Amino acid sequence: MLRMTALPPQFEDWFARRGWSIHPHQREMLARADAPSLMLIAPTGGGKTLAGFLPTLAELADGAHKGLHTLYVSPLKALATDIRRNLTIPVEEMGLPVRIEDRTGDTKQTAKKRQRADPPHILLTTPESLALMVSYEDAPRIFAGLKRVVVDEIHALAEGKRGDQLMLTLGRLETLAPGLRRVGLSATVDDPEALAAQLARAPKPCEIIEADPGPDPDISMLHTEAPPPWAGAGGGYAVREVLEQVRKHKTTLIFHNTRAQAEIFFHKLWLANEDDLPIGIHHGSLSRQVRENVEAAMVAGELRAIVCTGSLDLGIDWGDVDLVIQIGAPKNVKRLVQRIGRANHRYNAPSKAILVPANRFEVVECMAALEAVKAHELDGAPKGPGPLDVLCQHIMITACAGPFDEDVLFAEVKGVGAYAGLSRAQFDDCLDFVATGGYALRAYDKWKRLLRRPDGLWQLRDPRAALRIRMNIGTIQDADLLKVRMRGAGGRPLGEVEEGFAATLTKGDTFLIGGQVVRYESLREMTVEVSRRADREPRIATYAGAKMPTSAQLAHRILDDLQRDDWPELPRHTRDWLHLQRRVSKMPERGRILVETFPHEGRHHACFHTFAGRNAQQTLGLLLTRRMETLGLHPLGFVATDYATLVWGLDELTDPEPLFAARELREGLETWLTGNAVMKRTFRGVATIAGLIEKNLPQIRKTGRQATFSSDILYDTLTKYDPEHLILRVTREQAMRGLVDFARVEEMLERTRGRVDLVRADRPTPLAAAMLLERDRVPVAGAGRERLAEEEAARLLKESGLAQFGAPTVAGV
Amino acid sequence: MTGLEIPFRGETLRALGSGALHWAARDLLIVSDLHLGKSERTARRRGTMLPPYETRATLERLAADLDASGAGAVLCLGDSFDDLDAARGLDGQDRDHLLSLIEGRGWHWVEGNHDPGPADLPGEHHAELTLGPLTFRHIAEQGAVGELSGHYHPKLGLPGCGGTRPCLLFDTDRMILPAYGAYTGGMPATAPELRALIGQPAFAVLTGTKPLLVPYPARAAGRGRRRF
Repeated sequence: MLRMTALPPQFEDWFARRGWSIHPHQREMLARADAPSLMLIAPTGGGKTLAGFLPTLAELADGAHKGLHTLYVSPLKALATDIRRNLTIPVEEMGLPVRIEDRTGDTKQTAKKRQRADPPHILLTTPESLALMVSYEDAPRIFAGLKRVVVDEIHALAEGKRGDQLMLTLGRLETLAPGLRRVGLSATVDDPEALAAQLARAPKPCEIIEADPGPDPDISMLHTEAPPPWAGAGGGYAVREVLEQVRKHKTTLIFHNTRAQAEIFFHKLWLANEDDLPIGIHHGSLSRQVRENVEAAMVAGELRAIVCTGSLDLGIDWGDVDLVIQIGAPKNVKRLVQRIGRANHRYNAPSKAILVPANRFEVVECMAALEAVKAHELDGAPKGPGPLDVLCQHIMITACAGPFDEDVLFAEVKGVGAYAGLSRAQFDDCLDFVATGGYALRAYDKWKRLLRRPDGLWQLRDPRAALRIRMNIGTIQDADLLKVRMRGAGGRPLGEVEEGFAATLTKGDTFLIGGQVVRYESLREMTVEVSRRADREPRIATYAGAKMPTSAQLAHRILDDLQRDDWPELPRHTRDWLHLQRRVSKMPERGRILVETFPHEGRHHACFHTFAGRNAQQTLGLLLTRRMETLGLHPLGFVATDYATLVWGLDELTDPEPLFAARELREGLETWLTGNAVMKRTFRGVATIAGLIEKNLPQIRKTGRQATFSSDILYDTLTKYDPEHLILRVTREQAMRGLVDFARVEEMLERTRGRVDLVRADRPTPLAAAMLLERDRVPVAGAGRERLAEEEAARLLKESGLAQFGAPTVAGV
Repeated sequence: MTGLEIPFRGETLRALGSGALHWAARDLLIVSDLHLGKSERTARRRGTMLPPYETRATLERLAADLDASGAGAVLCLGDSFDDLDAARGLDGQDRDHLLSLIEGRGWHWVEGNHDPGPADLPGEHHAELTLGPLTFRHIAEQGAVGELSGHYHPKLGLPGCGGTRPCLLFDTDRMILPAYGAYTGGMPATAPELRALIGQPAFAVLTGTKPLLVPYPARAAGRGRRRF
């Protein structure tokens, strides 16, 4: 087939008609269209997506190709839909014989069926929908003529397991369609080579094209009349000033770090919106209908602002966004730069962005982030090898499509960059787990999941199992969500709330969703029914949105900034606060650990300022309280932020130095790890992805609360009877890397080398005071708490007046 | 052994932290909803292969309770097996362990909805059983007096003290036992099904290192969060 290295004439005409000229990197993409793997790194607005599709359109222009030619994979459903819209315009205007369709979780069943029977030339999809397609028996037929795969926003996918799953799927596709070419489209990243290595089929190289990054952004911090609060993350105090900015600009995106914060902020914004500016809200827990309405209004230019979360982080082209506001510290400079790129979608014009710190300390973090952006210092941490739980799921998916040969599959998996280092023994472990459960106790002889046939191929014992496996494809770990809809026949779907939150609601309670206050009426068949009669102060729906920890690079910058004599660029309130901290206590330093102790509300408090990021601070909290427990200090609980951990208990900590002995902390980690909630949470995710726990069942959905219960029990049972089981090994490894984030603890120990400063204060210090207001308090299960539980039980008994009814007595025998 | 002595219909029953009840006067240990063989049944019916250790875990707990209490007889209050095939499909080692516990003891199997017929094991099978003032049946009956049952797997949490734990519920007329088996979910003690059975005044005994007696939560009222 003729491959175009230059633009076919109708393309040149079309560009000319629009008054556009083709970007150098777009031409480069055409020139290198034959490369087996190719990655383009370009800022938003650089015509990245078109660059990815130009070779496809050129190849399809003559109408000779039949069937599927190009797969486009994006991390967001909305993006797939949006790209279909945008791509259809040039295709229609040039009169190209090209059929474009999207296929996501939102696509109707009938359309999906038709797509399998008669695939379009270009199919736009998500990693999960693609994995599902690959699991069908007719996958070889669907993908036989496939030529190109375009992975959009690959930097976002590659950060997590969705990227690993996608790359495994691509390995499978390459077997079905030999000669498949891969293209990755990425925003600015810290390490392009590492990303390219994930995309390419190992050990082949991947070519990289870097587009001109464009001018530096115009970025500043919002100065408000009222100082930001001491703690919290919502930014509600700045609503008026934010509204003022919205008024001054054409279209503003207002980013939040979590969905709950977006909801609260939107509500407050709406209450203060005296001019009735059209403002919308968009996040992943809103119903598709609600999201689509907002997207359509935005495209039509009807909205002046959208309050949003990461769901708008990526490439949807909103046209006229001229301001990005980030509420809350960005935590990660790379992410900030990518978000800022959302403003001014015109190439070669600076993006404008304003940071709104949500609390006093975030003022400092925002200042550090601004410096980092100016210095072009992106942060990043190296990604570990491909996770085995995702591989287990991939083996199941492969088995769904039909009998497979283990050697062929192993070779295929080794070709995936992230799994290039996979040993045969590891692979065999995964296969054994999928086939038999992989237990030391050889049970289930009769009920294996996979059977080895006489010809050596593996297949499902019960073909009906394919249905259940397909229902549980994917690696996104959502909390268990319940749908919310208006009461009454045909009630409008509004979105989703977490099951745990729904369980706390009683009739008459009100809460916020999609910016409106609704009243809880009933829970019916996994749906929360609400009405509009909202006559109480709304409660806030909670979402376990992953809170990103402040990156190590940013934390170091903050620590260095704190050492300065003065901070003239900071607002008065924050400046005074820092000076006060220096006067009454000390400033935290990069090379030392600052511990402050003080009494408060009848408890002894100790605040550890170690700046290791939220997850590692959480881990430190667990390790330190465990050691304090053995020292008899009766810790009761702790709370962690990105910068510090605050522990409270019944007794005072007078000698913190031994707590930080590196060797003992590490040993403590080993024994402590097994019993803790972070491990159980990680286990739940790993076990779900690997197929040990099924989240979705045909007909009835297992309720989340039961799932939580049993996954903890499974964890305890495995730990006791089969501690070296594959799923536990994978859990340990991932917890260390993820929620435990022990690498950051190590990094902190390394830079402080046991140098501990203790400040004993008679009241909360300025830095620690802010910690007292933090939520997400973690209780410590120990002697102290057992004592309190008994006291509480006794108090309840007494309060209830039941003690007199021939009360039972505790008999210690 | 630590326990909580509960006066009930003129008898004294001791609730253990494990969820078992010891009726010393009759030398009897009462447990409910063991659900032995659950992982085998799950693999058979769903194809998911749970860690096949729950029978071992449950029996080890039962053995420990028998050791500590020295009880000469056991009463299983139904759903002892996840189904009758699971009873037949017990792994050799687990089956031997169970037989060794039964050996030399009086053993009463009250049937449950999961295990409606007699299993091929020693012991007496009962649809329900009355001993003195107490009646043992798997599913509580409205209006019954002096009744001990299981079935609902009640669980309850204390404000500010972490998650929920399986618990025993009782009022002056009846007791509802927690599930004793290792792989068992739970129903909130305040669910309507349980509210309909439990009168006032009523108590719950939370399982744990020590059994913890608390009043059965009254209906509605505020949800204030206490801080510890």
